Amino acid sequence: MRVLMAVLLLLAALGVPTPLLAARVGDLTETEVLEQARRFFSFSDPALRTALLGCLLLGLNCGLLGSFVVVRRLSLVGDTLSHAVLPGIALGFLWNMSKDPVVILIGATSAGVLAMLTVNAITRTTRLKDDAAMGLVLSSFYAIGICLVTMIQRLPTGQKSGIDKFLFGQAAALTSSEVLTIGITSLVTLFFVGLCFKGLLVLSFHREYGESLGLPMGWLHQIVMILTAFAVVTAMQAVGVVLVSAMLILPAATASLLTDRLHRLIWLAALLGMLAAALGAFFSFLGNNFPTGPFMVLAGAALFIPAFLFAPRHGWITRWWRHLSRRLRTERENTLKAMYHVLEDRDFHGESVSVVELAQKRRETIEEVTQRAHALQRAHLATLTDGTMLHFTPEGLLKARAIVRNHRLWELYLTNIMQYESDHVHDDAEKIEHVLGEDMVRQLERKLDFPQTDPHGKEIPRVDSGLVQRSSRSS
Amino acid sequence: MNETFIPSFNAYRVFIEPWTDALPIYGWMVLMAFLVTATCGLIGNYLILRRMALVGDAISHSVLPGLAIAYLATGALTLPAMIGGALGAGLLTTSMIEFLQSRSRIKADAAIGITFCTLFAFGVVLINVFASRVHLDADCVLYGELSYLHKGASEIAPRPVLIMGGVGLAVALLILCFYKELLVSSFDAMLAASMGYSPKWIHLGLMAMLSIVIVAAFESVGAILVIAMLILPGATSQLISTRLPVCLGLSILHAALSAILGLHLAVWLDCSMAGAAVVAGAFLFTLAWVFAPQGLLSRMQKRTAHEQPATS
Repeated sequence: MRVLMAVLLLLAALGVPTPLLAARVGDLTETEVLEQARRFFSFSDPALRTALLGCLLLGLNCGLLGSFVVVRRLSLVGDTLSHAVLPGIALGFLWNMSKDPVVILIGATSAGVLAMLTVNAITRTTRLKDDAAMGLVLSSFYAIGICLVTMIQRLPTGQKSGIDKFLFGQAAALTSSEVLTIGITSLVTLFFVGLCFKGLLVLSFHREYGESLGLPMGWLHQIVMILTAFAVVTAMQAVGVVLVSAMLILPAATASLLTDRLHRLIWLAALLGMLAAALGAFFSFLGNNFPTGPFMVLAGAALFIPAFLFAPRHGWITRWWRHLSRRLRTERENTLKAMYHVLEDRDFHGESVSVVELAQKRRETIEEVTQRAHALQRAHLATLTDGTMLHFTPEGLLKARAIVRNHRLWELYLTNIMQYESDHVHDDAEKIEHVLGEDMVRQLERKLDFPQTDPHGKEIPRVDSGLVQRSSRSS
Repeated sequence: MNETFIPSFNAYRVFIEPWTDALPIYGWMVLMAFLVTATCGLIGNYLILRRMALVGDAISHSVLPGLAIAYLATGALTLPAMIGGALGAGLLTTSMIEFLQSRSRIKADAAIGITFCTLFAFGVVLINVFASRVHLDADCVLYGELSYLHKGASEIAPRPVLIMGGVGLAVALLILCFYKELLVSSFDAMLAASMGYSPKWIHLGLMAMLSIVIVAAFESVGAILVIAMLILPGATSQLISTRLPVCLGLSILHAALSAILGLHLAVWLDCSMAGAAVVAGAFLFTLAWVFAPQGLLSRMQKRTAHEQPATS
């Protein structure tokens, strides 16, 4: 089921970005795009292979760490971190006027750590709240970075440095040593997550519990933050400063809609991260060196949207559909119950119920009741002849008896066991009759000593259990 | 290497020239920087009080696709197109954040992150794809173009300065007119509701105002620096005073100081003026953080004053 869902998502993701592609076809010629696509999929270009490998690794790394960031509601910390590393990158570049990945990594990570410390210090020592502190720190650090970058670009050597590529990212500019750095940090993350999974689980959901067990929660938190800083910094060349936080958030948020278990969430997020990164690299390659970051983010969003709408349990449309079908079922069951009551009032003389009788019972207009009758017919619970007379089908009769039984059993339970007044029990039973399961009914019957009549003296209908179990399980 | 990176300090070039010979160029820049920071700062005070700093962050990013679409739809960026784009983007952002939060298990922080990153990415892609038709380039999005203020022969002031001045005046007037409503709803939403001010409409109005301010500032300072302009003045003044009118006044003072200091910094280092103005603003914030009545320094003094009787 989940595998199927993943495949569907993949197909949807491949389908959604086509308008973008089409938009660009207007600017480029069609053959150029096809040619680029062919080059991409032949994997013959070594630079392209390096770039793609780097993208996959960074997607993996961001997905893994993003899971913890999203679950712990630290998404905007990722955002702060990613903007605040810019001065570190610029200083790392100034060290020997080249894009030495190790020096840049050190510079950027120090800037990120310094930014997080500043946020903490501001929230601790002033009245400013953490949102203001984060916004303040991220934009101020970014401003320092921008000053440095514009100063570097003014230098004769800075012109060709490609430091501006750090802002929106350029996967094609990834060098093999940068890919190696991404690979090593991903590997470290992978090992860390694998080794400390239990601790991370506790940290994510119940930090105090972990602390009471004497687990080093503080250390785990610091390590996650530093690894996140590494992930952000190494991803920067391909995704860019501005959008790298989206690569943390989007895959993990998508995964959190698809599953409730942390370990599945992590792997799913890693997978989705790789997918989004590869798709982003592909589309930016098609357009001849468009910045990669925005395309990766849009690919991530294209994966997010179908999950948001159709995720098996948490999708918006899925939940809406579940809600609607439950409401319709309740309405059908209420109509069946009204039909049963009409027959009961006649001491079960005759088998058919006229629409007029039903309308009187339910105090509704003929039109409304006719609609209800049609709904029953569509569900094969009753047949409507001449547009006026309703007959139960065998299944419909069983269901009607089951609902009435549930209602009366519950009323009896409330009066006899819970000591409710008998005129206070109807409304509650109206609600619970639709959700009582077969096991619960058995227990109620046993507890009430297999009663024959309800508190109002009406007979509790008996139901053949085999058939009903099937129909009431659908609740 | 460092000698060329940090230009030698020349007092005449840095402090005198911008106000004398080069005034026609730098005057407009410093005025623009002041107008942007002051206007943003006025609204920013309310954003900080209402804990909406990160919504400002989100809107400042998502204004980009609004602007790009306005460009594509009208061909040139006229004032109505600009305002329309900004309002559309602002409305879309706030409603998307609300929607994601209320209709799924996505939490507020992730909803904000997803919304603005996606919209911003969409804007950047639009700009890149239709580069020939959209006269916004990626650099302008990231650091703004405070240095390209040219006054047409028949104009009193460069167009962006006029627009920003108008927006700033409008914001100041609106704050004056709705001072009480904004004050009450920012501090006590329940009281505001009981006094008959609809919190929803005040919120929406503030968001609309914010979007227009951001879009007017966008070309000059870019998407990210505008966040600093929104938060820094308010944060600095709220460290110094707890009274809102004083805070609003201090924000304007902060804006003026950071624009002037930023100008000199930018001239000295020959770097982005918008970036330098924010760095100056951050410097002022740090000063306030350390020296404010309840700043770091007085905290330390208090602590030593507490400890001394205990130790002696």
